[in-house]
Amino acid sequence: MKKTYKIDVDCANCAMKMEDATKTVEGVKDATVSFMTLKMKVEFEDGADPEEVMPRVLEACKKVESDCDIEF
Amino acid sequence: MTKKQKKNLQRIVISSCILVLLVIAEHFLPLPELLFRLLYLIPYYIIGNDVLLKAWKGIRNRQVFDEAFLMAVATIGAMILGETVEGTAVMLFYQIGELFQSIAVGRSRNSISELMEIRPDYANIINEDGELEKVDPDDLEVGSIIVVQPGERIPIDGIIVEGSSSLNTSALTGESMPRDVSEGDTVISGCLNDNGLIKIRTTREFGESTVSKILDLVENSSMKKAKAENFITKFARYYTPIVCWSALALAIIPPVILGLQGSGWEFRTWIFRALTFLVISCPCALVISIPLSFFGGIGGASRNGILVKGSNYLEAVADAGIVVFDKTGTLTKGVFEVVDIVPEEGFTEKELLNLAAAAEKYSTHPVAVSLKKTADQDLSGYNIQDEHEISGHGIQAIINGKEVLAGNQKLMRSNNVEYRDNNSAGTIVYVAVDKQFAGSIVISDVVKDNAANALKEIHDTGVRLTVMLTGDNQAAAKAAAEKLGVREYHSELLPGDKVEKTEQYIEIKKPGEIVCFVGDGINDAPVLSRADVGIAMGALGSDAAIEAADIVLMDDDISKIPLAIRIARKCLRIVRENVIFAIGVKILCLILSAFGITNMWWAVFADVGVMVIAVLNATRTLRI
Repeated sequence: MKKTYKIDVDCANCAMKMEDATKTVEGVKDATVSFMTLKMKVEFEDGADPEEVMPRVLEACKKVESDCDIEF
Repeated sequence: MTKKQKKNLQRIVISSCILVLLVIAEHFLPLPELLFRLLYLIPYYIIGNDVLLKAWKGIRNRQVFDEAFLMAVATIGAMILGETVEGTAVMLFYQIGELFQSIAVGRSRNSISELMEIRPDYANIINEDGELEKVDPDDLEVGSIIVVQPGERIPIDGIIVEGSSSLNTSALTGESMPRDVSEGDTVISGCLNDNGLIKIRTTREFGESTVSKILDLVENSSMKKAKAENFITKFARYYTPIVCWSALALAIIPPVILGLQGSGWEFRTWIFRALTFLVISCPCALVISIPLSFFGGIGGASRNGILVKGSNYLEAVADAGIVVFDKTGTLTKGVFEVVDIVPEEGFTEKELLNLAAAAEKYSTHPVAVSLKKTADQDLSGYNIQDEHEISGHGIQAIINGKEVLAGNQKLMRSNNVEYRDNNSAGTIVYVAVDKQFAGSIVISDVVKDNAANALKEIHDTGVRLTVMLTGDNQAAAKAAAEKLGVREYHSELLPGDKVEKTEQYIEIKKPGEIVCFVGDGINDAPVLSRADVGIAMGALGSDAAIEAADIVLMDDDISKIPLAIRIARKCLRIVRENVIFAIGVKILCLILSAFGITNMWWAVFADVGVMVIAVLNATRTLRI
């Protein structure tokens, strides 16, 4: 399952780091972050519940970039 | 400017004023140096508090190589070493650069989102009281009746059930030609209703409608990253740590070696050089400017009715070496038209055409349709009797008491008519009256007016080979190819052969070259997906084309193809300029600062200055 989320982040390098961080979260198969459109596309593992995974994604992102936010 | 940007601008102005005042004061007032050092902390704190905080949070989360950390270490180091003005100024410039970058990116974002404004956020329905009510278009089921008032956008694809109007499709195609529509016509979401009130029965859900699909496509395009972008990601991953460790080495190794050799322990100089290193180490200029260039290129293309599904396709199309065209509907209009009338003596062109049209009056064959379209609309002067079709030959009818034959050569031969052969390219209709040959009419698929010009432009962009594929016969294909100026053509192909032919060209392409296929999206989806880059034309309303192609032209204007190639080339040139410029300047500054030739001022230029220039360069891609 793929879902797109709106994100808020200040720099392109930080967006890249969010992408890397999201990919390591359990339940996430793949992730792409576009700094230009401020969007994050997350592909979930089969059977993963986005509602449950996303808070952990945000947590992982906050760790690498404290100034970020994801709307979900 | 956003609130955040305004606040940052304020901080920049206030702290730079204080900094300048302090520099002047230090020059003229005989106060102790230590006092000034403390005073310099005021502007430093005003401008740098958020960076310091972020750096601290980064350290706690073990994210040491981020920009904030680097800036914090470099400036705090400079302050400790007594270079208070430099330390503050570096932080100041860094913030100016950040502000500038955020404004530039915001601008680009806005100019792209102008395109997004075609997303309709409501639909009008007539409620139980008979009044108009605005509802979320997402909630409407297929078959609902919606009302579109003048000045509104059509939210969902459908068919007009009441009213007529002219529609402005410019948001979708880049063309401003209005299209007149009335009851029974299919209309596409995203078009602006110019004047009349229309009622539409929806044929799709909102999410499946053209406008939603197009917007999804554009929004997702920056998710498909180009090779150049991936290169930068990898580069940044190694570059920053390498520079940071080199900085540490630079701070320790040379002074220790020099110290051991007995030339004195020069830690101060070398630490300062190492700090300079840190300032240069941020790869921001590259990381921001490359995606920005692609984003701008894709945005600029969108505004011209060229939708690119990903940065990777924009990158690929810049290397187009071979362009393969499907003929019908791409190079030609895809409709048959009468192109030549050759009457025998005793007949005028008009008479010949009307006779043929009258004979074909009840036929729905494309040839008959084109004859009837060109002939007089009022054929009541022709009394048609006993009309019948001879399969594979043509039509036989009695018109005004005379036997009229209209069909191919076989029809003429089987009726022993002495006819004059017509060798023109296309479909030939021979006409005989009472077994006397009356003349011939040439019907052909007409080449688009600007096609030859567009092909010339394509060759001018450096495409070495253009190919036309067609199911037409050899003569028609040859004539069209010569008229258009394509370098090679293949005729009498079945739809399946087109994939094979395209594959042959993919095999013979030179390294680094790519093969584009251009089709109208009708039954060439397999070729569109097989080619390196599939370009679909006239995609407005054709879902199959939007799905299968990598680049989608909203209308069927062939001159958009050279335009797309030019946009891609320009974008890639800017990307290359930025990569070379940014990496070049950084490496140069790194080397110079290792030898102590440059100072922190230069380092700030290498970081912020390069970024500003690269971003400015990148925003050029928006302008076509």
